[in-house]
Amino acid sequence: MSSVRVLVGTRKGAFILSSDGKREKWEVNGPFFGGWEVYHLKGSPVDPNRIYASQSSSWHGQVIQRSSDGGVTWEAVGNKFAYHGDTGTHQWYDGTPHPWEFKRVWHLEPSLVDPDTVYAGVEDAALFRTTDGGQNWHELSGLRGHGSGSRWQPGAGGMCLHTILLDPKNHNRIFIAISAAGAFRSDDAGATWKPINRGLRSQYIPDPVAEVGHCVHRIAMHPSRPDTLFMQKHWDVMRSDNGGDQWQEVSGNLPTDFGFVIDVHAHEPETIYVIPIKSDAEHYPPDGRLRVYRSRTGGNDWEPLTNGLPQSHCYVNVLRDGMAVDSLDSCGIYFGTTGGQVYASPDAGETWSAIVRDLPPVVSVEVQTLP
Amino acid sequence: MIRVILPSHLRTLASVGGEVQLDLAGPVTSCSILDALEARFPMLRGTIRDQVTRQRRPFLRFFACNEDVSFVPPDGPLPDAVATGREPFFIVGAIAGG
Repeated sequence: MSSVRVLVGTRKGAFILSSDGKREKWEVNGPFFGGWEVYHLKGSPVDPNRIYASQSSSWHGQVIQRSSDGGVTWEAVGNKFAYHGDTGTHQWYDGTPHPWEFKRVWHLEPSLVDPDTVYAGVEDAALFRTTDGGQNWHELSGLRGHGSGSRWQPGAGGMCLHTILLDPKNHNRIFIAISAAGAFRSDDAGATWKPINRGLRSQYIPDPVAEVGHCVHRIAMHPSRPDTLFMQKHWDVMRSDNGGDQWQEVSGNLPTDFGFVIDVHAHEPETIYVIPIKSDAEHYPPDGRLRVYRSRTGGNDWEPLTNGLPQSHCYVNVLRDGMAVDSLDSCGIYFGTTGGQVYASPDAGETWSAIVRDLPPVVSVEVQTLP
Repeated sequence: MIRVILPSHLRTLASVGGEVQLDLAGPVTSCSILDALEARFPMLRGTIRDQVTRQRRPFLRFFACNEDVSFVPPDGPLPDAVATGREPFFIVGAIAGG
Protein backbone atom coordinates (compact mmCIF):
# COMPACT_ATOMS: atom_id res chain seq x y z
CA MET A 1 0.00 0.00 0.00
CA SER A 2 1.27 3.45 -0.84
CA SER A 3 2.36 5.81 1.87
CA VAL A 4 3.59 9.37 2.15
CA ARG A 5 6.44 11.02 3.94
CA VAL A 6 6.30 14.76 4.59
CA LEU A 7 9.67 16.44 5.07
CA VAL A 8 9.37 19.60 7.14
CA GLY A 9 12.13 22.16 7.60
CA THR A 10 11.75 24.63 10.46
CA ARG A 11 13.64 27.42 12.18
CA LYS A 12 14.77 24.98 14.85
CA GLY A 13 15.17 21.61 13.22
CA ALA A 14 13.62 19.14 10.78
CA PHE A 15 10.66 16.82 11.20
CA ILE A 16 9.47 13.84 9.19
CA LEU A 17 5.75 13.04 9.19
CA SER A 18 4.62 9.64 7.93
CA SER A 19 1.26 8.15 7.07
CA ASP A 20 -0.27 5.42 4.99
CA GLY A 21 -2.20 6.17 1.83
CA LYS A 22 -5.32 7.14 3.76
CA ARG A 23 -3.42 10.07 5.27
CA GLU A 24 -5.55 10.07 8.41
CA LYS A 25 -3.06 9.12 11.13
CA TRP A 26 0.39 10.60 11.25
CA GLU A 27 3.59 9.63 12.96
CA VAL A 28 5.86 12.56 13.78
CA ASN A 29 9.61 12.03 14.01
CA GLY A 30 12.12 14.68 15.00
CA PRO A 31 13.47 17.12 15.64
CA PHE A 32 16.49 16.30 13.56
CA PHE A 33 19.34 18.82 13.83
CA GLY A 34 17.51 20.48 16.71
CA GLY A 35 18.27 24.14 17.21
CA TRP A 36 19.53 24.64 13.66
CA GLU A 37 17.58 26.24 10.87
CA VAL A 38 16.68 23.66 8.26
CA TYR A 39 15.74 25.61 5.18
CA HIS A 40 14.98 22.60 3.03
CA LEU A 41 14.92 18.80 2.81
CA LYS A 42 14.21 16.85 -0.32
CA GLY A 43 14.37 13.21 -1.38
CA SER A 44 15.72 11.78 -4.59
CA PRO A 45 12.99 10.85 -7.09
CA VAL A 46 14.97 7.77 -8.12
CA ASP A 47 15.87 6.64 -4.58
CA PRO A 48 13.32 7.95 -2.06
CA ASN A 49 15.43 6.76 0.86
CA ARG A 50 18.14 9.17 -0.20
CA ILE A 51 17.23 12.49 1.40
CA TYR A 52 19.29 15.65 1.52
CA ALA A 53 18.88 18.37 4.13
CA SER A 54 20.22 21.90 4.43
CA GLN A 55 21.12 22.64 8.04
CA SER A 56 22.41 26.10 8.87
CA SER A 57 23.08 28.46 11.72
CA SER A 58 24.18 32.04 12.14
CA TRP A 59 26.93 30.78 14.46
CA HIS A 60 28.22 27.76 12.57
CA GLY A 61 27.34 28.31 8.93
CA GLN A 62 26.16 25.63 6.55
CA VAL A 63 26.03 21.87 7.00
CA ILE A 64 24.64 19.50 4.38
CA GLN A 65 23.17 16.28 5.73
CA ARG A 66 22.40 13.12 3.77
CA SER A 67 20.31 10.13 4.72
CA SER A 68 20.28 6.80 2.90
CA ASP A 69 17.55 5.21 5.00
CA GLY A 70 14.62 7.55 4.60
CA GLY A 71 15.65 9.96 7.30
CA VAL A 72 16.31 7.51 10.14
CA THR A 73 20.03 8.21 10.24
CA TRP A 74 22.02 11.08 8.78
CA GLU A 75 25.61 11.89 7.95
CA ALA A 76 27.14 15.28 7.32
CA VAL A 77 28.65 15.49 3.85
CA GLY A 78 30.47 18.32 2.07
CA ASN A 79 29.63 21.90 2.91
CA LYS A 80 32.21 23.86 0.97
CA PHE A 81 30.40 26.29 -1.31
CA ALA A 82 33.12 28.32 -2.99
CA TYR A 83 32.11 30.71 -5.74
CA HIS A 84 33.91 30.15 -9.00
CA GLY A 85 36.63 32.56 -10.03
CA ASP A 86 36.59 36.28 -9.35
CA THR A 87 33.32 36.63 -7.47
CA GLY A 88 32.82 40.36 -8.06
CA THR A 89 29.96 42.28 -6.53
CA HIS A 90 26.20 42.57 -6.61
CA GLN A 91 24.08 45.48 -5.44
CA TRP A 92 23.41 45.95 -1.76
CA TYR A 93 20.12 47.30 -0.38
CA ASP A 94 21.43 50.85 -0.59
CA GLY A 95 22.50 50.46 -4.20
CA THR A 96 26.21 50.21 -3.49
CA PRO A 97 28.34 47.29 -4.73
CA HIS A 98 28.64 44.44 -2.25
CA PRO A 99 30.95 41.43 -2.50
CA TRP A 100 29.32 38.08 -3.08
CA GLU A 101 29.29 36.18 0.23
CA PHE A 102 28.00 32.65 0.72
CA LYS A 103 25.47 32.48 3.57
CA ARG A 104 23.34 29.36 3.28
CA VAL A 105 21.60 26.83 1.07
CA TRP A 106 17.95 27.66 0.57
CA HIS A 107 16.88 24.83 -1.71
CA LEU A 108 18.15 21.37 -2.63
CA GLU A 109 16.89 19.77 -5.82
CA PRO A 110 17.98 16.17 -6.42
CA SER A 111 18.40 15.07 -10.02
CA LEU A 112 15.53 13.26 -11.69
CA VAL A 113 17.85 10.46 -12.84
CA ASP A 114 20.81 10.18 -10.45
CA PRO A 115 20.62 10.07 -6.64
CA ASP A 116 24.19 11.38 -6.34
CA THR A 117 23.51 14.51 -8.34
CA VAL A 118 21.88 17.40 -6.52
CA TYR A 119 21.47 21.09 -7.29
CA ALA A 120 21.70 23.66 -4.50
CA GLY A 121 20.31 27.18 -4.65
CA VAL A 122 22.21 29.40 -2.28
CA GLU A 123 22.34 32.89 -0.76
CA ASP A 124 24.07 35.04 -2.08
CA ALA A 125 22.35 33.83 -5.21
CA ALA A 126 24.15 31.14 -7.13
CA LEU A 127 23.53 27.60 -8.30
CA PHE A 128 25.78 24.75 -7.21
CA ARG A 129 25.79 21.08 -8.18
CA THR A 130 27.23 17.94 -6.66
CA THR A 131 27.67 14.70 -8.57
CA ASP A 132 29.05 12.65 -5.69
CA GLY A 133 26.20 12.66 -3.22
CA GLY A 134 27.03 15.98 -1.63
CA GLN A 135 30.73 15.53 -0.87
CA ASN A 136 31.86 18.19 -3.34
CA TRP A 137 29.92 21.17 -4.68
CA HIS A 138 30.76 23.19 -7.77
CA GLU A 139 29.18 26.41 -8.91
CA LEU A 140 27.42 26.57 -12.27
CA SER A 141 28.99 29.94 -12.77
CA GLY A 142 27.33 30.75 -16.08
CA LEU A 143 24.33 31.95 -14.12
CA ARG A 144 26.08 34.76 -12.26
CA GLY A 145 28.30 35.25 -15.28
CA HIS A 146 25.49 35.82 -17.71
CA GLY A 147 25.92 39.58 -17.40
CA SER A 148 23.25 40.85 -15.06
CA GLY A 149 24.71 39.47 -11.82
CA SER A 150 26.24 42.75 -10.76
CA ARG A 151 22.75 44.33 -10.89
CA TRP A 152 21.02 41.77 -8.68
CA GLN A 153 20.09 42.98 -5.24
CA PRO A 154 18.61 41.24 -2.19
CA GLY A 155 14.97 41.02 -1.32
CA ALA A 156 13.85 41.47 2.26
CA GLY A 157 14.80 37.89 3.06
CA GLY A 158 18.17 38.07 1.38
CA MET A 159 19.40 37.43 -2.13
CA CYS A 160 18.51 33.79 -2.36
CA LEU A 161 18.21 31.34 -5.22
CA HIS A 162 15.12 29.59 -3.93
CA THR A 163 13.50 27.74 -6.84
CA ILE A 164 15.04 25.04 -9.01
CA LEU A 165 12.85 23.20 -11.53
CA LEU A 166 14.26 20.35 -13.58
CA ASP A 167 12.44 19.62 -16.84
CA PRO A 168 11.49 15.91 -16.89
CA LYS A 169 11.21 15.90 -20.68
CA ASN A 170 14.41 17.77 -21.44
CA HIS A 171 17.30 17.10 -19.10
CA ASN A 172 19.23 20.03 -20.50
CA ARG A 173 16.58 22.49 -19.34
CA ILE A 174 16.65 24.02 -15.85
CA PHE A 175 14.58 26.87 -14.46
CA ILE A 176 15.64 28.87 -11.40
CA ALA A 177 14.37 31.93 -9.59
CA ILE A 178 16.13 34.45 -7.42
CA SER A 179 14.73 36.99 -5.00
CA ALA A 180 14.90 39.82 -6.14
CA ALA A 181 16.46 39.26 -9.54
CA GLY A 182 13.82 37.17 -11.28
CA ALA A 183 13.59 33.91 -13.22
CA PHE A 184 16.23 32.40 -15.45
CA ARG A 185 16.41 29.40 -17.78
CA SER A 186 19.24 27.23 -19.03
CA ASP A 187 18.83 25.04 -22.12
CA ASP A 188 22.29 23.51 -21.91
CA ALA A 189 22.28 21.79 -18.51
CA GLY A 190 23.33 24.87 -16.58
CA ALA A 191 26.23 26.11 -18.70
CA THR A 192 24.55 29.29 -19.93
CA TRP A 193 21.45 31.14 -18.77
CA LYS A 194 19.01 33.77 -19.91
CA PRO A 195 16.51 35.86 -17.94
CA ILE A 196 12.89 34.88 -18.54
CA ASN A 197 11.00 37.82 -17.10
CA ARG A 198 9.19 39.24 -20.12
CA GLY A 199 5.63 40.13 -19.21
CA LEU A 200 6.37 40.69 -15.53
CA ARG A 201 5.54 44.16 -14.22
CA SER A 202 6.95 45.39 -10.91
CA GLN A 203 5.93 48.91 -9.99
CA TYR A 204 8.37 48.93 -7.06
CA ILE A 205 11.51 48.92 -9.27
CA PRO A 206 12.73 51.87 -11.35
CA ASP A 207 11.93 50.16 -14.65
CA PRO A 208 8.76 48.12 -14.06
CA VAL A 209 9.45 45.90 -17.09
CA ALA A 210 13.20 45.50 -16.59
CA GLU A 211 14.99 42.39 -17.83
CA VAL A 212 16.01 41.56 -14.22
CA GLY A 213 15.08 42.88 -10.78
CA HIS A 214 11.65 41.31 -10.32
CA CYS A 215 10.92 39.73 -6.95
CA VAL A 216 9.84 36.22 -7.86
CA HIS A 217 8.66 34.24 -4.84
CA ARG A 218 8.09 30.83 -6.34
CA ILE A 219 7.68 28.98 -9.65
CA ALA A 220 5.81 25.69 -10.12
CA MET A 221 5.53 23.23 -12.98
CA HIS A 222 3.48 20.14 -13.69
CA PRO A 223 5.76 17.31 -14.85
CA SER A 224 3.55 16.44 -17.82
CA ARG A 225 3.58 20.03 -19.13
CA PRO A 226 7.02 21.48 -18.43
CA ASP A 227 6.57 24.36 -20.85
CA THR A 228 3.76 25.70 -18.69
CA LEU A 229 5.01 27.52 -15.61
CA PHE A 230 3.13 29.22 -12.81
CA MET A 231 4.65 31.98 -10.72
CA GLN A 232 3.78 33.65 -7.45
CA LYS A 233 5.47 36.99 -7.62
CA HIS A 234 5.87 39.63 -4.90
CA TRP A 235 2.64 40.94 -6.35
CA ASP A 236 0.81 39.10 -9.15
CA VAL A 237 0.24 35.46 -9.99
CA MET A 238 1.64 34.74 -13.45
CA ARG A 239 1.55 32.02 -16.08
CA SER A 240 3.77 31.14 -19.01
CA ASP A 241 3.04 28.59 -21.72
CA ASN A 242 6.35 28.80 -23.51
CA GLY A 243 8.94 27.96 -20.91
CA GLY A 244 9.05 31.44 -19.45
CA ASP A 245 9.64 33.33 -22.70
CA GLN A 246 6.48 35.33 -22.04
CA TRP A 247 4.31 35.65 -18.94
CA GLN A 248 0.74 36.79 -18.42
CA GLU A 249 -1.02 37.67 -15.21
CA VAL A 250 -3.66 35.21 -13.94
CA SER A 251 -4.42 36.77 -10.55
CA GLY A 252 -8.09 37.13 -11.55
CA ASN A 253 -10.45 37.28 -8.59
CA LEU A 254 -7.92 36.58 -5.84
CA PRO A 255 -8.52 38.76 -2.75
CA THR A 256 -4.87 39.80 -2.99
CA ASP A 257 -2.25 38.72 -5.47
CA PHE A 258 0.57 38.88 -2.92
CA GLY A 259 1.81 35.56 -1.57
CA PHE A 260 4.72 33.19 -1.47
CA VAL A 261 3.68 29.66 -2.43
CA ILE A 262 2.22 28.22 -5.61
CA ASP A 263 1.85 24.59 -6.59
CA VAL A 264 0.15 22.36 -9.16
CA HIS A 265 -2.20 19.39 -8.62
CA ALA A 266 -0.39 16.12 -9.26
CA HIS A 267 -2.85 14.88 -11.89
CA GLU A 268 -4.54 18.04 -13.19
CA PRO A 269 -1.99 20.37 -14.76
CA GLU A 270 -4.50 23.21 -14.93
CA THR A 271 -5.37 23.00 -11.21
CA ILE A 272 -3.18 25.28 -9.16
CA TYR A 273 -3.04 26.47 -5.57
CA VAL A 274 -1.92 29.69 -3.90
CA ILE A 275 -2.24 31.14 -0.41
CA PRO A 276 -2.88 34.89 -0.62
CA ILE A 277 -1.27 37.08 2.01
CA LYS A 278 -2.70 40.52 2.73
CA SER A 279 0.31 42.55 1.61
CA ASP A 280 4.05 42.78 1.52
CA ALA A 281 3.92 44.74 4.77
CA GLU A 282 1.36 42.49 6.46
CA HIS A 283 2.52 38.95 5.96
CA TYR A 284 -0.69 37.25 7.08
CA PRO A 285 -3.94 36.12 5.47
CA PRO A 286 -6.59 38.76 4.71
CA ASP A 287 -9.09 39.19 7.56
CA GLY A 288 -7.21 36.65 9.67
CA ARG A 289 -8.77 33.83 7.63
CA LEU A 290 -6.40 31.16 6.36
CA ARG A 291 -7.63 30.25 2.90
CA VAL A 292 -6.03 28.27 0.13
CA TYR A 293 -7.23 29.43 -3.27
CA ARG A 294 -7.62 26.90 -6.07
CA SER A 295 -8.01 27.50 -9.75
CA ARG A 296 -9.10 24.61 -11.96
CA THR A 297 -8.60 26.66 -15.10
CA GLY A 298 -4.91 27.45 -14.83
CA GLY A 299 -5.54 30.81 -13.21
CA ASN A 300 -7.90 33.79 -13.30
CA ASP A 301 -10.88 31.94 -11.77
CA TRP A 302 -10.14 31.17 -8.12
CA GLU A 303 -12.18 29.56 -5.36
CA PRO A 304 -11.40 29.76 -1.65
CA LEU A 305 -10.84 26.49 0.22
CA THR A 306 -11.64 26.84 3.90
CA ASN A 307 -12.98 23.54 5.26
CA GLY A 308 -10.81 22.74 8.28
CA LEU A 309 -8.67 25.86 8.10
CA PRO A 310 -8.92 28.57 10.80
CA GLN A 311 -11.30 31.29 9.68
CA SER A 312 -10.70 33.83 12.40
CA HIS A 313 -7.72 35.34 14.21
CA CYS A 314 -5.16 33.53 12.10
CA TYR A 315 -2.08 35.61 11.35
CA VAL A 316 0.47 33.07 10.19
CA ASN A 317 2.46 33.18 6.98
CA VAL A 318 3.30 30.40 4.53
CA LEU A 319 6.80 30.82 3.16
CA ARG A 320 7.94 30.21 -0.39
CA ASP A 321 8.98 26.56 -0.03
CA GLY A 322 6.08 25.79 2.30
CA MET A 323 3.67 23.90 0.02
CA ALA A 324 3.86 20.53 -1.72
CA VAL A 325 1.63 17.86 -3.24
CA ASP A 326 1.70 14.08 -3.17
CA SER A 327 0.92 11.93 -6.19
CA LEU A 328 -1.63 9.50 -4.77
CA ASP A 329 -4.83 8.95 -6.76
CA SER A 330 -6.61 11.57 -4.71
CA CYS A 331 -4.00 14.29 -4.72
CA GLY A 332 -2.85 15.40 -1.28
CA ILE A 333 -1.90 19.04 -0.66
CA TYR A 334 0.29 20.07 2.27
CA PHE A 335 1.52 23.38 3.64
CA GLY A 336 3.33 24.56 6.72
CA THR A 337 2.96 27.86 8.53
CA THR A 338 5.10 30.20 10.55
CA GLY A 339 2.81 29.28 13.44
CA GLY A 340 4.18 25.75 13.40
CA GLN A 341 1.20 23.91 11.93
CA VAL A 342 1.38 21.58 8.95
CA TYR A 343 -2.00 21.32 7.24
CA ALA A 344 -2.93 18.53 4.88
CA SER A 345 -5.78 17.89 2.51
CA PRO A 346 -6.11 14.31 1.21
CA ASP A 347 -8.77 15.34 -1.30
CA ALA A 348 -7.21 18.03 -3.46
CA GLY A 349 -8.14 20.84 -1.08
CA GLU A 350 -11.77 20.06 -0.22
CA THR A 351 -11.03 19.33 3.45
CA TRP A 352 -8.07 20.20 5.61
CA SER A 353 -6.69 19.26 9.00
CA ALA A 354 -3.54 20.04 10.93
CA ILE A 355 -1.43 16.90 10.95
CA VAL A 356 0.93 18.46 13.48
CA ARG A 357 0.84 21.68 15.50
CA ASP A 358 3.23 23.73 17.56
CA LEU A 359 6.37 23.05 15.60
CA PRO A 360 8.90 25.86 15.28
CA PRO A 361 8.10 28.21 12.39
CA VAL A 362 7.92 26.11 9.23
CA VAL A 363 10.27 27.09 6.43
CA SER A 364 9.73 24.28 3.93
CA VAL A 365 7.48 21.33 3.18
CA GLU A 366 8.19 18.54 0.71
CA VAL A 367 6.27 15.33 0.15
CA GLN A 368 7.44 11.91 -0.91
CA THR A 369 4.92 9.44 -2.28
CA LEU A 370 6.23 5.97 -1.50
CA PRO A 371 5.16 2.71 -3.16
CA MET B 1 47.83 15.93 23.77
CA ILE B 2 45.61 18.95 23.24
CA ARG B 3 42.20 19.37 24.85
CA VAL B 4 39.42 21.20 23.00
CA ILE B 5 36.04 22.25 24.35
CA LEU B 6 33.40 22.66 21.66
CA PRO B 7 30.14 24.61 21.86
CA SER B 8 27.11 22.42 22.40
CA HIS B 9 25.81 22.46 18.83
CA LEU B 10 29.16 21.28 17.54
CA ARG B 11 29.43 18.57 20.19
CA THR B 12 26.12 17.26 18.91
CA LEU B 13 27.20 17.54 15.30
CA ALA B 14 30.44 15.68 15.97
CA SER B 15 28.74 13.19 18.31
CA VAL B 16 31.14 13.85 21.17
CA GLY B 17 30.04 14.04 24.77
CA GLY B 18 32.71 16.08 26.46
CA GLU B 19 36.04 17.57 25.57
CA VAL B 20 37.95 16.42 22.50
CA GLN B 21 41.54 15.24 22.85
CA LEU B 22 43.88 15.62 19.90
CA ASP B 23 47.48 14.69 19.28
CA LEU B 24 49.34 17.39 17.37
CA ALA B 25 52.73 17.30 15.77
CA GLY B 26 54.47 20.65 15.54
CA PRO B 27 53.56 24.06 16.87
CA VAL B 28 50.31 24.38 18.77
CA THR B 29 48.36 27.20 17.20
CA SER B 30 44.69 27.83 16.64
CA CYS B 31 45.24 26.87 12.99
CA SER B 32 46.96 23.57 13.82
CA ILE B 33 44.30 22.74 16.39
CA LEU B 34 41.50 23.40 13.91
CA ASP B 35 43.32 21.46 11.19
CA ALA B 36 43.56 18.45 13.48
CA LEU B 37 40.01 18.87 14.71
CA GLU B 38 38.60 19.01 11.18
CA ALA B 39 40.70 16.05 10.07
CA ARG B 40 39.24 13.91 12.84
CA PHE B 41 35.73 15.33 12.59
CA PRO B 42 35.12 16.25 8.94
CA MET B 43 31.56 17.29 9.73
CA LEU B 44 33.00 20.31 11.56
CA ARG B 45 34.61 21.71 8.42
CA GLY B 46 33.22 25.15 7.81
CA THR B 47 31.47 25.43 11.15
CA ILE B 48 34.25 27.18 13.11
CA ARG B 49 36.06 28.99 10.31
CA ASP B 50 34.98 29.76 6.80
CA GLN B 51 36.37 27.16 4.41
CA VAL B 52 37.22 29.68 1.73
CA THR B 53 38.51 32.68 3.70
CA ARG B 54 39.72 30.63 6.71
CA GLN B 55 38.35 33.41 8.91
CA ARG B 56 36.94 32.56 12.32
CA ARG B 57 33.16 32.77 12.25
CA PRO B 58 32.05 36.10 13.72
CA PHE B 59 29.93 34.66 16.51
CA LEU B 60 32.71 32.40 17.79
CA ARG B 61 35.62 33.23 20.07
CA PHE B 62 38.64 31.26 21.27
CA PHE B 63 39.70 31.24 24.93
CA ALA B 64 42.63 29.68 26.78
CA CYS B 65 43.85 30.06 30.36
CA ASN B 66 41.03 32.55 31.03
CA GLU B 67 42.25 34.75 28.22
CA ASP B 68 40.64 35.66 24.94
CA VAL B 69 43.00 34.34 22.28
CA SER B 70 40.62 35.00 19.40
CA PHE B 71 42.88 37.63 17.95
CA VAL B 72 46.13 35.73 18.28
CA PRO B 73 47.14 35.18 14.64
CA PRO B 74 46.14 31.71 13.38
CA ASP B 75 49.78 30.66 13.27
CA GLY B 76 50.70 32.40 16.51
CA PRO B 77 51.72 30.28 19.50
CA LEU B 78 49.15 29.50 22.17
CA PRO B 79 50.02 29.32 25.89
CA ASP B 80 52.23 26.44 26.99
CA ALA B 81 49.44 25.21 29.24
CA VAL B 82 47.33 24.54 26.14
CA ALA B 83 50.23 22.99 24.26
CA THR B 84 50.90 20.59 27.12
CA GLY B 85 47.25 19.77 27.70
CA ARG B 86 47.04 21.24 31.19
CA GLU B 87 44.44 23.73 30.00
CA PRO B 88 41.82 23.24 27.28
CA PHE B 89 41.33 25.36 24.19
CA PHE B 90 37.79 26.72 24.37
CA ILE B 91 35.67 27.45 21.29
CA VAL B 92 32.83 29.58 22.59
CA GLY B 93 29.69 30.85 20.88
CA ALA B 94 28.65 34.45 21.46
CA ILE B 95 25.64 35.00 23.67
CA ALA B 96 23.45 36.74 21.14
CA GLY B 97 19.78 36.68 20.42
CA GLY B 98 16.80 36.72 22.70
